[in-house]
Amino acid sequence: MQIKPILSALRRHKAGTFLIAAQIALTLAIVCNALFIIQQRVAHLSEPSGIDEPNIFVIKSEWVGAPGPDQADAQMREDLQVLRQVPGVQNVTPSNSYPLRGDGWDDAIRLKPDQVQDTSGATIYFADENFIDTLDLKLIAGRNFRPEEIGHMDLRYKLAPPVVIITKALAEKLFPGETAVGKTIYLIGGPATVVGEVELLQAQSVEHWASDFAYRSVIIPERLNVSLGAFYIVRTRPGQLETAMPAAVKALFAHNPRRVINEDDGVLPFSEVRSRAYESDRGMAILMGVICAVLLAVTAAGIVGLTSFWVGQRRKQIGVRRALGATRRDILNYFMTENLLISVGGVLFGAVLAIAINLWMVTRFEMHHLSMVYLMGGVAMLLLLGQGAVLAPALRASRVPPVEATRSV
Amino acid sequence: MSGMFVHNLRLGAASLRRNVLLTTLMIMSIGFGVAASMVTFAVFRAVSGDPIPQKSSQLFVPLIDNRGPQYNRRGEPPSALNYVDAVALMRAHKAVRQTMLYPVGLSVMPDDPHRMPFKAPGYATYGDFFNMFEVPFLYGSGWNDAEDEAREPVIVISRDLNQKLFGGNNSVGQRLVLDDKQYRIVGVTNKWDPKPRFFDTFSGNAYADPAQIYIPFTYAIAQHIDTRGNNNCGSDGKRGDTWDSWLQGECVWINPWVELNNAEQVQAYRQFLDGYAREQREAGRFNWAPNNRLRNVREWLDYQHAVPPESRISMTLAFGFLLICLVNTIGLLLAKFMRRAPEIGVRRALGASRGDIYRQFLAEAAMVGMAGGVLGLVFTAIGMLGLGMVFEPQIARLARLDASLMLLTLLVAITATVVAAFYPTWRAAQVQPAWQLKSN
Repeated sequence: MQIKPILSALRRHKAGTFLIAAQIALTLAIVCNALFIIQQRVAHLSEPSGIDEPNIFVIKSEWVGAPGPDQADAQMREDLQVLRQVPGVQNVTPSNSYPLRGDGWDDAIRLKPDQVQDTSGATIYFADENFIDTLDLKLIAGRNFRPEEIGHMDLRYKLAPPVVIITKALAEKLFPGETAVGKTIYLIGGPATVVGEVELLQAQSVEHWASDFAYRSVIIPERLNVSLGAFYIVRTRPGQLETAMPAAVKALFAHNPRRVINEDDGVLPFSEVRSRAYESDRGMAILMGVICAVLLAVTAAGIVGLTSFWVGQRRKQIGVRRALGATRRDILNYFMTENLLISVGGVLFGAVLAIAINLWMVTRFEMHHLSMVYLMGGVAMLLLLGQGAVLAPALRASRVPPVEATRSV
Repeated sequence: MSGMFVHNLRLGAASLRRNVLLTTLMIMSIGFGVAASMVTFAVFRAVSGDPIPQKSSQLFVPLIDNRGPQYNRRGEPPSALNYVDAVALMRAHKAVRQTMLYPVGLSVMPDDPHRMPFKAPGYATYGDFFNMFEVPFLYGSGWNDAEDEAREPVIVISRDLNQKLFGGNNSVGQRLVLDDKQYRIVGVTNKWDPKPRFFDTFSGNAYADPAQIYIPFTYAIAQHIDTRGNNNCGSDGKRGDTWDSWLQGECVWINPWVELNNAEQVQAYRQFLDGYAREQREAGRFNWAPNNRLRNVREWLDYQHAVPPESRISMTLAFGFLLICLVNTIGLLLAKFMRRAPEIGVRRALGASRGDIYRQFLAEAAMVGMAGGVLGLVFTAIGMLGLGMVFEPQIARLARLDASLMLLTLLVAITATVVAAFYPTWRAAQVQPAWQLKSN
């Protein structure tokens, strides 16, 4: 295939050539970044929580009358008893929060009492001895809390439990290469001995600001008594979640009606917690997907339109070439190669533009750097798109009969 | 002239009909591009708007660094005040108006035993709140300084709550029991829900459901009513472990607002804040130089990133998308116009001026733009319905397809298409009459 005649023909169609190349460049720049955003968001929302999601639901029970800590604790323990009696309930634990909830208590972890800067941030989960079983966490070292170790505390009381359980991710940060069990860590209120280590437990926030300590969690053997209310995390036997949820609420109200369980978000199956936590991630992925699809369609349509115009303009020349012995295949190849040349120019410029947009988003929106795999994928996709789009007009061109050479317009 | 214009439109319409595929491609392309831009712009407009335009330059958030350089974040003071500083600013009374506020949620036990108890969210604040933020009242009014001072159990409720509890009748003077405490209703607000809720971004309530109750800050503190919002304690450990020591501790949880009407007052207030921080240093509470901030509503929303990054990213990409659609339109218009080179040649030879050619082709482009705009409106309306899939519901419901957005959609579509048509039209006008005739 001769490239030179194509180039000289393109020189006579500067505007059209430039427009197709520009469109391919812009499309590449946007599609690469959009696909990259989709991948980032999807990766983010696929991070595991570490808990038995299909069988867990959460009740947010708020007290009426702002009870003091002791009264709140007594009410909470009664509620736990009530929930245990509900058919289908396997286990239940009270906590101040749960993974993916959004906000809660995050605090500083240090290794020495007089240390100024934190060694790590961590999510603080208040728990009783049923926490590990209820969430179905995997204890990989040490032991669970003993029932007699479980205390209860006011929201404002010093956070200084004698023992804690921490996640593997936190253990690796605090004691790299060593076992954390038996070691002492310093919470804000004082020292605590690590008695156990769990494999995986996600933080309550999946927002960007909490990504530094995403899986670093500390489990505190206390029931947290807040005058506002408490969360009950309930694990049901497989397949009984649907029936246990309303039954649990009914039982709680039957036992003590002085409470508020919000209609909208008072009882949430964990699947709903997950979908709410990642709403904006999922939304962005969908939006980017739609934009990509429409964009590729628009670009393909543009290529079809302009190439059709060129074919129409050059019918006579095509006829002359055919009359002089060019095969159909030669004509087809001509237009395919022409498009390839324009597309290559477009993707080269588009690649630079894609990287520029990405760098701008990195500084502006704290995004990650564009992976080259995406850039290469985008380049391949647009080259294929160009070839695909040009196929129909090129085939039409190849069917121009040699006799066209003798016709005038 | 108008006759010519109509003539041009007729010519344009005839030409558009002649090449249905290219015309459809162009209209679709503009429709998609405009709709994507408008939908994302509608969201951006809703979240980046000024929630209180008439006063946003007079309302300020004073912040005091009570952590010091060792524990604050990147040199910035925490985004709220602790109780000690909040009370000190209220006592000093150095602004025209001032209030402190924190979110509360109080339980309502309906008299009807069949109705479920519910939480009424709202704020513990000072009487100045209502005038500062220009809260509209349906009945009654806010409370006064004396009632703040006396820690009176008074309450202002929202129109919605009044509807729910009193069937919409004037409830001023009635008693209302919340969490076993009796309040006297002094006012019922009209519908009022500025978005973003600039005065409570600290607790992430910028897009939360509207507040239903307002009670005196002083009464709430006296009754140990806990904040329902954030409580940020820093790592220095000075937190307190009982209600009273917590009030004296350095955890921040109170949103401060002051009203200052001119530059001198702002300057004076800055000096007052610095003086206060110096006093605290002399008293041994701070061991660092004054590090205070005083931001007005717009500066505050900007600092708090009230506009979600999703909104900016999607709008940026959508406008990039529109740009591509326009490049596409330029190409298609070029193809369409140049295909008619012979016709142009004939018209020029018969005496049409370049200006005539310009007018004819731009009129044609405007028609394409108009059609693209109408299609864009349809797509925008569909996109609005799908917003809930892309943005959080609290944010998605803020975006509206109102008259101004519809007008903007059409305007953007037509302007963009006409601008895109300039180059193809110029090329068309360059066609030499003689050359075209000869080649035929």
